[in-house]
Amino acid sequence: MAEMDTSSGGGHKKGPGVKKSKKLSTRVDLTPMVDLGFLLITFFIFTTTMSSPTAMKLFMPKDADNPEDQNKAKESGALTIMLGKDNNVFYYEGILDPAGANFKSSNFKEIRDVIINKKKTTNPEDFVVVIKPNEESKYKNVIDILDEMAINEVKRYAMVDIAESENQLVKVSEGGAPAAPAAN
Amino acid sequence: MARPKIPRKSTTIDMTAMCDVAFLLLSFFILTTKFKPSEAVTVTTPSSVASKVAPEKDVILISITKDGKAFISMDDESKREQILNTLNVTNKMNWSDADMQSIAKLEFFGTPLAQLKQQTAIPKDQQNDKSLPGIPVLDTLNNQMFDWMRAAASVYAGTTMNLLVKGDNDSQFPAFKNVMTAFKKNELFKFQMVTNPESVPEGTSLWNSNLRGGPKTEE
Repeated sequence: MAEMDTSSGGGHKKGPGVKKSKKLSTRVDLTPMVDLGFLLITFFIFTTTMSSPTAMKLFMPKDADNPEDQNKAKESGALTIMLGKDNNVFYYEGILDPAGANFKSSNFKEIRDVIINKKKTTNPEDFVVVIKPNEESKYKNVIDILDEMAINEVKRYAMVDIAESENQLVKVSEGGAPAAPAAN
Repeated sequence: MARPKIPRKSTTIDMTAMCDVAFLLLSFFILTTKFKPSEAVTVTTPSSVASKVAPEKDVILISITKDGKAFISMDDESKREQILNTLNVTNKMNWSDADMQSIAKLEFFGTPLAQLKQQTAIPKDQQNDKSLPGIPVLDTLNNQMFDWMRAAASVYAGTTMNLLVKGDNDSQFPAFKNVMTAFKKNELFKFQMVTNPESVPEGTSLWNSNLRGGPKTEE
């Protein structure tokens, strides 16, 4: 295929002083070219499939106007997670102690164990996670914590506005706690 | 007895056919790759374990930049015009037909309603998240995302609408919260958040149920 006919046509004899030119093959080694081709193919395969963004779904409940219509979470099964600035996470179980005794500080690495522990120790019917981001938290934190719900298969969770007393506690704790690095 | 001589065969293989195949595949991949169009609104999305690919049809995309500016874009042009029409009537914008047409040509909307006409005057390559003020959402009294969503909900009523929120990692929560409030007030309770894929951490319960092929929690 990739050859040209280099043999001389008529067998014409040259004179005694004229040297016969050497026949050179025109065949080229295509191996490096094949290598290059496949290298580029792998590059394109990897860049095409990796970049498609995914979407996580979120269903919100309707806001109940009447406080009596609202779903009441059983306090024994409730875990409230608060998000503050600099990736800080705070949580408490049940109802917040007025003195803040059960108010604990955490971060995105440790919160998973907290959720798993709580899930194990409570009745699945009563288990509910309440997420309260404060106004200094970032969008990434909110997504991370929602993701944490998906990872740990928490079926019932709610996003609620933070109460003023809780926000105060978060801010006071943030003043002392060193900034935690981002989880991922 | 003389053994018949076996002719020594060359070990080089003709690479031409393989080269052909390689380059055929290469050209196929080059031609089918869609390069990401350079986006006017730059947003770095967070990552999540969600594995569903974001929809591309009937999309209303709300982007939130790290300064808390909100931008809205939609893919369906006729719906876009209808939404603008609705806004024109409900908010008494007094846009003329010519105004409407030039506004409908915008790829995305990133100004307060009253300034949308000015956005049409800016050249396309200069419309980006730096030059435009964004739809006001941080002010709870003048949350214009509510008006946009009301118009969108009425236009898309009865058909599928994919609400997508694309927030920046570093955008503050109140902007996202106000966008959610705008959804809620218009009874749009279902929306999706655009994220980058991420692998599920090993040993967690979602990881286990994925192994079992059990029920998905996302649905």
